[in-house]
Amino acid sequence: MKFRWVVLAALSALTLLVLAPLLVIALNAVKSPSDYANHGPLSMPSTLYFHGIVDFWNRVDFSRKLLNSLIVSGIVAVLGVLLSVLNAYALGIGRVKGRVWFLVFFLVANVLPQEVLVYPLYYLSKQLYLYDSLTSVIIIFTVIQSAFGTYLLSSVFAEFPTELLDAAAVDGAGKWRALWRVVVPVSRPTLAVLFTFFFIWTWNEFFLPLIFLISNANQTVPVALGVLQGDRMMDATTTSASGLIGILPALLFFLIFQRTLTRGITAGAIK
Amino acid sequence: MRKRKGGYAGFLIPGVAASLAVIALPLIMTVYTSFTRWTGIGTPEWIGVQNYRRLLDDSLFWSSFGHILLLIIAMAVVPTLLGLVLAALLFDFIAKAFGDRVASVLRSGLYVPQVLPVAVTGIVWAWILHPSYGALNRILDTIGLGVLARNWLGDPKYALFSVMAIMVWFQLGYPVVMFMAGLQRIDPELYEAAELDGADWWQRFRRITVHLIRPEFYVVLVTTTIAALKIFGQIFVLTRGGPSNATLVPSYFAYKNFFEKANVGYGSAIATILTLIIIVLAFVFLRLQTRNETSGS
Repeated sequence: MKFRWVVLAALSALTLLVLAPLLVIALNAVKSPSDYANHGPLSMPSTLYFHGIVDFWNRVDFSRKLLNSLIVSGIVAVLGVLLSVLNAYALGIGRVKGRVWFLVFFLVANVLPQEVLVYPLYYLSKQLYLYDSLTSVIIIFTVIQSAFGTYLLSSVFAEFPTELLDAAAVDGAGKWRALWRVVVPVSRPTLAVLFTFFFIWTWNEFFLPLIFLISNANQTVPVALGVLQGDRMMDATTTSASGLIGILPALLFFLIFQRTLTRGITAGAIK
Repeated sequence: MRKRKGGYAGFLIPGVAASLAVIALPLIMTVYTSFTRWTGIGTPEWIGVQNYRRLLDDSLFWSSFGHILLLIIAMAVVPTLLGLVLAALLFDFIAKAFGDRVASVLRSGLYVPQVLPVAVTGIVWAWILHPSYGALNRILDTIGLGVLARNWLGDPKYALFSVMAIMVWFQLGYPVVMFMAGLQRIDPELYEAAELDGADWWQRFRRITVHLIRPEFYVVLVTTTIAALKIFGQIFVLTRGGPSNATLVPSYFAYKNFFEKANVGYGSAIATILTLIIIVLAFVFLRLQTRNETSGS
């Protein structure tokens, strides 16, 4: 029975190893540059020093980036779920003609690499004067995320209890009312999982925001931090500070959404 | 009972219109552009399959796909196999001996790298592996292993292997979570029966776990493989494809042609090939999955 303790020790050590880089970052983000120079990356900070974080926060106007990220992720999550619901209502419950082909289309849309869409989107957004605006990124991600949402929700809605729909029809509810009064309330747990996915995925997106949000005022958190990489102004403690304030919001969402996430993670077959 | 009549097609209009504009149209434009020479300004000039012919002779194109094969090992094969063992250990030993709470804390800890923005974890690793002020070399120095210090991301000999190690770190939590969810489906009586027959843990793992968890196994393997084919953010932040193209991958190669070299036609050809590979892979997987399901039931 000693074996179980060996397994526990080994797995705990592995988990600690996985978290170690983040702990090292946190340790050095609250260290003064001289403290770092004298004692290296592994010592405990001799005094807590928040100057590096504050400095970096102000230098990149981090409040602004947080706000941009919140706006983009929040709106994309809401609109993405909405669009997925409408599509899936027609495909999963309405079983419209050619539904298999629509599903194949959304499945393909779901696995496409963004590289194959990026240049035309860049070109078209310039023509439409939407380049370098949060609007462009919101539109694009709403559609991309809803491709996944449609695929997932269609199979969920296909199993929707028909008695509920029949009862609504007997009560004289039209399709629109049945959607909002019956289908949406009943499938709220699944929609919450989708919302969480869309929010976190959009928050973490890097490639398209990197290309579409070029001015400082429009950047999201990952873009703002990603483009600073290799900047001459970035010494060890500043880099740690930037890493820490990039990690914290995502970690916060993870803790808030953890239950929904681990429940829903197995729902997404292809992504 | 009233039968629901048709007339649901109207609900598809916003979604289909938006997908046509944001996905179908750009996809068609990129495929068309891949047969042209275009700098992004003026009219594309039709040149047939020249871009593709040029790709076949381009050693960078081949090496970028070669790197992807190694990244598939780091992002799909290793995490899937390791994740399977870890999930079984967590499920069989930790949860049973120490309670579900301990198991789920460990699982969450392993999953954390997955929820952080890749751009940010890239910054973390780029600093840790930095040759002059990075933590890893300082640590090696401190414990007297200074001879092992390397320019981890800056030396073409080690850069790709460093990236691979980081990707294992990044990816490992995903299979663990997926497999642990899958293990919950398995009837505990199967294990008890096997135990009565005198099967040890390793035999039960090989005979029962691996067999019953096959659906999750396929899903994990294909999603992680597709993720490896698409990798961009980590490469951009860690190495920008360098040093001397040692970590160049197709998506970054396409990006460079689009936005740095203004070779939009050539970039489109790279993106088109990458897309084809991914779509074929996804459909082969779906085939395998449906065949597996029908033969299993």
